[in-house]
Amino acid sequence: MSDTKRINKVLILGSGGLSIGQAGEFDYSGSQAIKALKEEGIETVLVNPNIATIQTSKGFANEVYFLPVTKKFVEKIIAKERPDGILLGFGGQTALNCGMELSSSGVLEKYGVRVLGTPIKTIITSEDKGLFAEALTKINVKTPRSITVYNLDEGIAAAKKIGFPLIIRAGFALGGLGSGFCNNEEELKTLLHQALVYSSQVLVEESLKGWKEVEYEVMRDSYDNCMTVCNMENFDPLGIHTGESIVVAPSQTLTDKEYQKLRELSIKVIKSLGVVGECNVQFALDPDSEDYRVIEVNARLSRSSALASKATGYPLAFIAAKLSLGYSLVDIPNPVTKVTKAFFEPALDYIVVKIPRWDTDKFKKVDKKIGSSMKSVGEVMAIGRKFEEALQKAIRMINPSLNGLTDIRLMFDELDYELKNPTDKRVFAIVKALELGYSVKKLFEMTKIDKWFLYKIKNIVEINNELKKDSIESITPELLKISKQHGFSDKQVAKCILQDEHFDSELKIRELRKKHSVIPVIKQIDTLAGEFPCKTNYLYLTYNGDYDDVRVDDIGMRGIIVLGGGAYSIGSSVEFDWCCVECVKTLRKEKVPSIVINYNPETVSTDYDECDRLYFDELSFERVVDIYEKETPFGVIFSMGGQIPNNLVMPLSKYGVKTLGTAPEIIDKVEDRHKFSMVLDELGVDQPEWKELTDLNEIKSFCSRVGFPILIRPSYVLSGAAMNVVYEEADLDLFLKQATLVSKDHPVVLTKFITHAKEIDVDLVALNGDVKLYAISEHVENAGVHSGDATLVTPPQKLYLETVNKIKRIIKVIVKHLNITGPANFQFLAKDNKIKIIECNLRASRSFPFVSKVYNINFIELATKAIIGNQIPKVDTNAFDLEYVGVKAPQFSFTRLRGADPMLGVEMSSTGEVACLGDNLQEAFLKALLSTGFSIPKETILLSTGDVKKKARLLDSVKQLKKKGYVLYGTGGTTDFYKMHGINVEMLHWPLDNKKPNVLDYIKNKAVDLVINIPKSNEKIELSNDYIIRRGAADFSVPLITNLECTKLFIESICNYGEDDLTVKSWNEYHETLNK
Amino acid sequence: MKSHPKGKLILEDGSIYDGYSFGYSSSTAGEVVFCTGMAGYPQSLTDPSYTGQILVFTYPLIGNYGVSDSTVDKHNISIDFESNNIHVKSVIVSEYCAEHNHWNSKKSFETWLKENKIPALFGIDTRALTIKIREKGVMLGKIVIDDEESVGFYDPNKDNLVAEVSRNEVLSLGNGKHKIIVVDCGMKNNILRSFLKKDVTLKIVPWNYDFNQEEYDGLFISNGPGDPTHCKETIENIKKAMELKKPLFGICLGHQLLALASGANTYKLKYGHRGQNQPCVRNQKQGYITSQNHGYAVDKNSLPEGWEELFFNANDGTNEGIKHTTLPFFSVQFHPEGSCGPNDTMYLFDEFIEMIEKSKSLNVETNQETNQEMN
Repeated sequence: MSDTKRINKVLILGSGGLSIGQAGEFDYSGSQAIKALKEEGIETVLVNPNIATIQTSKGFANEVYFLPVTKKFVEKIIAKERPDGILLGFGGQTALNCGMELSSSGVLEKYGVRVLGTPIKTIITSEDKGLFAEALTKINVKTPRSITVYNLDEGIAAAKKIGFPLIIRAGFALGGLGSGFCNNEEELKTLLHQALVYSSQVLVEESLKGWKEVEYEVMRDSYDNCMTVCNMENFDPLGIHTGESIVVAPSQTLTDKEYQKLRELSIKVIKSLGVVGECNVQFALDPDSEDYRVIEVNARLSRSSALASKATGYPLAFIAAKLSLGYSLVDIPNPVTKVTKAFFEPALDYIVVKIPRWDTDKFKKVDKKIGSSMKSVGEVMAIGRKFEEALQKAIRMINPSLNGLTDIRLMFDELDYELKNPTDKRVFAIVKALELGYSVKKLFEMTKIDKWFLYKIKNIVEINNELKKDSIESITPELLKISKQHGFSDKQVAKCILQDEHFDSELKIRELRKKHSVIPVIKQIDTLAGEFPCKTNYLYLTYNGDYDDVRVDDIGMRGIIVLGGGAYSIGSSVEFDWCCVECVKTLRKEKVPSIVINYNPETVSTDYDECDRLYFDELSFERVVDIYEKETPFGVIFSMGGQIPNNLVMPLSKYGVKTLGTAPEIIDKVEDRHKFSMVLDELGVDQPEWKELTDLNEIKSFCSRVGFPILIRPSYVLSGAAMNVVYEEADLDLFLKQATLVSKDHPVVLTKFITHAKEIDVDLVALNGDVKLYAISEHVENAGVHSGDATLVTPPQKLYLETVNKIKRIIKVIVKHLNITGPANFQFLAKDNKIKIIECNLRASRSFPFVSKVYNINFIELATKAIIGNQIPKVDTNAFDLEYVGVKAPQFSFTRLRGADPMLGVEMSSTGEVACLGDNLQEAFLKALLSTGFSIPKETILLSTGDVKKKARLLDSVKQLKKKGYVLYGTGGTTDFYKMHGINVEMLHWPLDNKKPNVLDYIKNKAVDLVINIPKSNEKIELSNDYIIRRGAADFSVPLITNLECTKLFIESICNYGEDDLTVKSWNEYHETLNK
Repeated sequence: MKSHPKGKLILEDGSIYDGYSFGYSSSTAGEVVFCTGMAGYPQSLTDPSYTGQILVFTYPLIGNYGVSDSTVDKHNISIDFESNNIHVKSVIVSEYCAEHNHWNSKKSFETWLKENKIPALFGIDTRALTIKIREKGVMLGKIVIDDEESVGFYDPNKDNLVAEVSRNEVLSLGNGKHKIIVVDCGMKNNILRSFLKKDVTLKIVPWNYDFNQEEYDGLFISNGPGDPTHCKETIENIKKAMELKKPLFGICLGHQLLALASGANTYKLKYGHRGQNQPCVRNQKQGYITSQNHGYAVDKNSLPEGWEELFFNANDGTNEGIKHTTLPFFSVQFHPEGSCGPNDTMYLFDEFIEMIEKSKSLNVETNQETNQEMN
């Protein structure tokens, strides 16, 4: 080590709740960093309020603080923990920004905390677009012609100098926020206005639209040794944010000269900037010459580095952490081969395709165009030995209901427009166009996507056409093999030659394949393309090969398969990865070889050292059976990865796969509404009145019988897709249309919507029908807010004992009756001490990590033991008697989802969550809210509090605010109401009234510190004043609350606590109080 | 979809790999080696060091950006190729790309192979084949098209391949102040391009040319194919040259020849180093990523007194460079000129030129001293 003082204790900043632009990749990088430090015997302290992460689990950091990653809290933690060093590069932009603030405010210097790895000065240069361009110009490296501006006029002048088209970028922004292209002065003005909101400094730049986008992941140690781990090429040309683009690794269309030129430049850049650790350099490359521009440098671990790490098998974050301690690349052993060194550039013998996972269908009114800022919520990575193979795998990973790239379910009314103005569906538009006979040349002109990629997609379309000419009798083994080599699924082949893709047809293709010995082979990812033997079992399946790299018979390790959670999306996120990782850890502890199947590059479960064998491949019936037949495992665990594996239980068990945990027929009984209803009736458990109907008249008569409001949803539900609450008959038709659009085959389910009820979540672990432990969490919001968007409190603070007792009884009865083994989650409504069950999942739920960590009892460890048939003790209920409270709050990303209505409803819309511990409800709640980026209002609050009943329910709270000295603004009715009750509220006009003083101006100018907008219960979807207020708050980053119960709790909390009153205690400290 | 005739690779141990034929349709034989580079197939195929070999690309997609034409620069050196011909006997890939795309592409990979009469196979499990070679060592193999087994195995290492690929005539290039003798043992063009960026005059000579009668400032021994022990004449010439104590630089085969001339030994590696990601270390801490293509190596334990290791391979510890402790002689096993591959060690050309400058100034001093003494 090169430093003067030995580093004994290091503080690591996490990235907080998952949001668009900053997702699971930082759980991966942070946990790798902690592993690397622990190996050195260094004590680690982690700040991260994201309770569902693996890095915040037992066995990682010595001390964990579930607190906001902000200067204020981190300073207190530094003062308390006195670390020698700090790592800023492993928690995304959040950690980097916080680190820069800690440095500039002198906190780091005051406490003698050394920034490990890349120095602060380098970070500032790389983050400040102006300084960055200057630094690169000095070493003769080209950057786009650009001018930094600080106001509108300067921006217009700069545009005149450079000329249109231009790109506008905000400095210091997360994932390209506040960026965009413009072709004229008007568009320029709009963009400048927005960008200046996010950052005081905005860049006006030459547009390189249509150039290739290529990035390099570069490492540098403190001895100036450099290497590039990987390069990646975007399928979409420049203009689409790399997080929004399909990406391949390694680059496919670059010659060696181009490859080496950009490689050399990226090394030149990081040497001159002085990065120590890892860095990402993004290039624009002219498709018609070798001209280039460096467009961005991220002097930290990034989404791309996580992807590069999974794509190559090179443990980038782990090595970067070692480098930050002063090690040389030449000295660190390569953890993959164990015989070579960390200093080498991986050679791939496969191709990797990444596709972003968008969830824009979840949001009403959201703009679906993709461009220079990020909207995707997750991503998948597919591995193959042909581009076509990897691409088709990736398409199915993004949406497991699709059979492949040719499975186009959308109508493109204006195909040409779609091709020229990309949305999240563009790749399907390309397929459609090829099917219609568009030439590659024409498509290239419309999309500027390199013809190489377009030719490959054309191959898929052509094979599909060939297949369609055949029948199951006539198809040749050659064509069958060719189609499989190009990534066709059995279902996709069935669709072509049997005109049907149901289970039986899929099985026919499977049989045919096996008859002709068309079966995939296992290949290993070894970082060196086979040149050296490797010790890890990081695997994928391909049809482009004849021999398995690994044969289970040879290694003699039968194990248990754990199915992962797939892509992160709204409703399925890092919490399921935590469950998978904890499950695998338990299996390993129990000496059972563990086999993971998953394809999400942002996860820890896809770190090859977490399990005995990792298959980075599809979670589909076909692929799981392929692996099952190779592995012949003891069985498969379905209950850890959320709904995607859960949906595979029935088909796999029908095929004869040995399932572990609760029996498949029971899972079916619970997933099927009718069967489950019968069970509940039999057990005498109440549920809200419901009916499954397809006939409009029947629907109407049901509604009039039970009365509005009514909840409408399709049969199978994941995170509330197409769910809606109907308040009056007039809305019924409109909503029915939406519900059927999602699933034509499935009837509509109508449920009486119970208002003003409390909602309660129960997570439990059972063994053979016996509940071994359970945790009850109550929702702050009343029923009607999706449980994934709700604020959860555990142990419950406001439930009646009678309610709790009733719930206990009900779960015991159901668990026994269904003979449940493993994890389960129940959701209840409680109103006037009456309990109704609304949901039951016989799998781990998203609150498992939350309750496990709050109670310090690992629910998944016990569930796993139960699943593999081990006895587990009944956990004493005293363990649930805490002297502190845990609060889990949703993390929203509305700012990024232009146009989306930022309000809570039955559809889930949060992208992540945080959870904090506190001495009481208010303290924990406030910490959690601050962790999601909220701030306590300083002086001014805007009120727009819904209908009269709601206004009245908030009356006491508003009085408290006034007493606390806040200046209150209100919209018309709200102002009148509170004035009538003697509270002085200043009236502002509605946005659509176009009168001054106007609400929207106050929001834009940040003249209000908090917006409280409680929607009326039957608010229409169309553009309304309330929508504009909410959207304004999201667009201009003003904290917003839209739920009445949350508002009350928030006001209570800020009236009792200031930010400085919140305690700074580590997870261990809370547990110690538990043990006393 | 276009159909291709079947083709197979038969290894000397009897194993058979089935695939399809593309390129020139003819059976052939050679030594089967693999290369792990992910780009740069036009440079690899025209690298004379691959003479007599059947090249397996571990990267599964080859031909993506087509092949450019043989445009030359002002020195009449091809811009995009490493020599004027394809030197491999055959190429084996998982997939070759028929529909290529690049601004600089003039023809498809397949067309280029056909023009040069190079048979090739695709649809082979190249990873399995690579692992086989890794486990068993490089093997002889033959490409058989359409079951017409007419060729026998051929071991290129028994032949003096250098004599096949070297030049017949002497060629002078450049007009700079340092005169360098370049011994062409099957040299890659980028060595010339790299030298010609400096202030040099090159005299490029055949492998067995006796340059010891010539006036020169520095001597360079190029890369080339096969077993270095075949080049007895070159080794003798180097031995003589070393007596002059003038700067001497060798690359790849040139490195092995310098080592042999110094009295050290070479040996055949199990499966060689062929790729663009080979890590080499100098002075224990400085690491460089290098481009490599060699089947033989210098045994560092056989280095005589006065010589020391300059670079070693971080993967397997084999020797990657040697230097004389007092005299201006050095050589490297890897390719500092890259092409294909990284240019991290391009600075070695500068070090060679610096050696020449230093040596010349020393000579001037010595001459002046001698003159003074005489006076």
